[in-house]
Amino acid sequence: MLSTFRALAEPNRLHIVELLLRGPRPVGDLVLRLRLRQPQVSKHLRVLSKAGLVGVRRDAQRRIYALRPAPLQELESWLEKYRQLWESNFQRLDSLLDELKSAESKPNPKKRTRSKPDRIRINKGDHL
Amino acid sequence: MTTSPAPKPTLQIAALGDREIVMTRVFNAPAHLVFDALTEPDLVKRWLLGPDGWSMPVCDIDLRVGGAYRYVWQRDSDGKQMGSRGVFREIVVPQRVVFTELFDEAWYHGESVITSILSEQAGKTTLTTTMQYGSQATRDAVLKSGMETGVAISYDRLAAIVEKP
Repeated sequence: MLSTFRALAEPNRLHIVELLLRGPRPVGDLVLRLRLRQPQVSKHLRVLSKAGLVGVRRDAQRRIYALRPAPLQELESWLEKYRQLWESNFQRLDSLLDELKSAESKPNPKKRTRSKPDRIRINKGDHL
Repeated sequence: MTTSPAPKPTLQIAALGDREIVMTRVFNAPAHLVFDALTEPDLVKRWLLGPDGWSMPVCDIDLRVGGAYRYVWQRDSDGKQMGSRGVFREIVVPQRVVFTELFDEAWYHGESVITSILSEQAGKTTLTTTMQYGSQATRDAVLKSGMETGVAISYDRLAAIVEKP
């Protein structure tokens, strides 16, 4: 997972992944589009390859790179689980906030009792 | 202020840089109430529960810089428990909270640092939560350079990537 994050965090590598989304490409084509030197592009491709994000095949003299979806799917399903978990949390938080708002808007609102009234609060704007 | 598009009510999640996850969500309530809901044990227990069927029997929060918190969740069906703990690093009521997070059974290496930023506009509050994973050394390096060099991959864009076989 972290290797996928790391591999995609570099702008040129993300660009390579985006280019490969449209289909497999030879290295020379990536070099032209990225406007980088061939050794730099090869270096980025090695990182992407090591992270399992791209695969290579030979076609006569050319090396053709293609996207491998597995790490992206892993990342996506991880984020999706994350999203579902937090969406459940936040929907409960929505209801709680509605409750707090209506409690606050009542004419003589009782102050909510805080579980730890003596705790230290740092006021807005204080420098820490 | 110039007109800006209304913030989306849905949860946005993005991978930013190499070790961060950023979540953004808008709540229909002022920042001070959202802040309370994030930091008062009696309120936290009511929503920070994860999947359905879990409760939070332990929720201790010592809300001051250097103060610790302890959370324990329990699955009601079989009593299975999981917990996390951490320490508050920054507290600015009702705008910002920074704390560390370490799960009892960490599935990743080391503790993470969570930054919650609350921004109120017209009675609505945007909560931006950044979760940063990894060692402190890495975190510091990321803080120094990550924001400038990091590339945000939006969740939607990622989904588009994955849909391609």
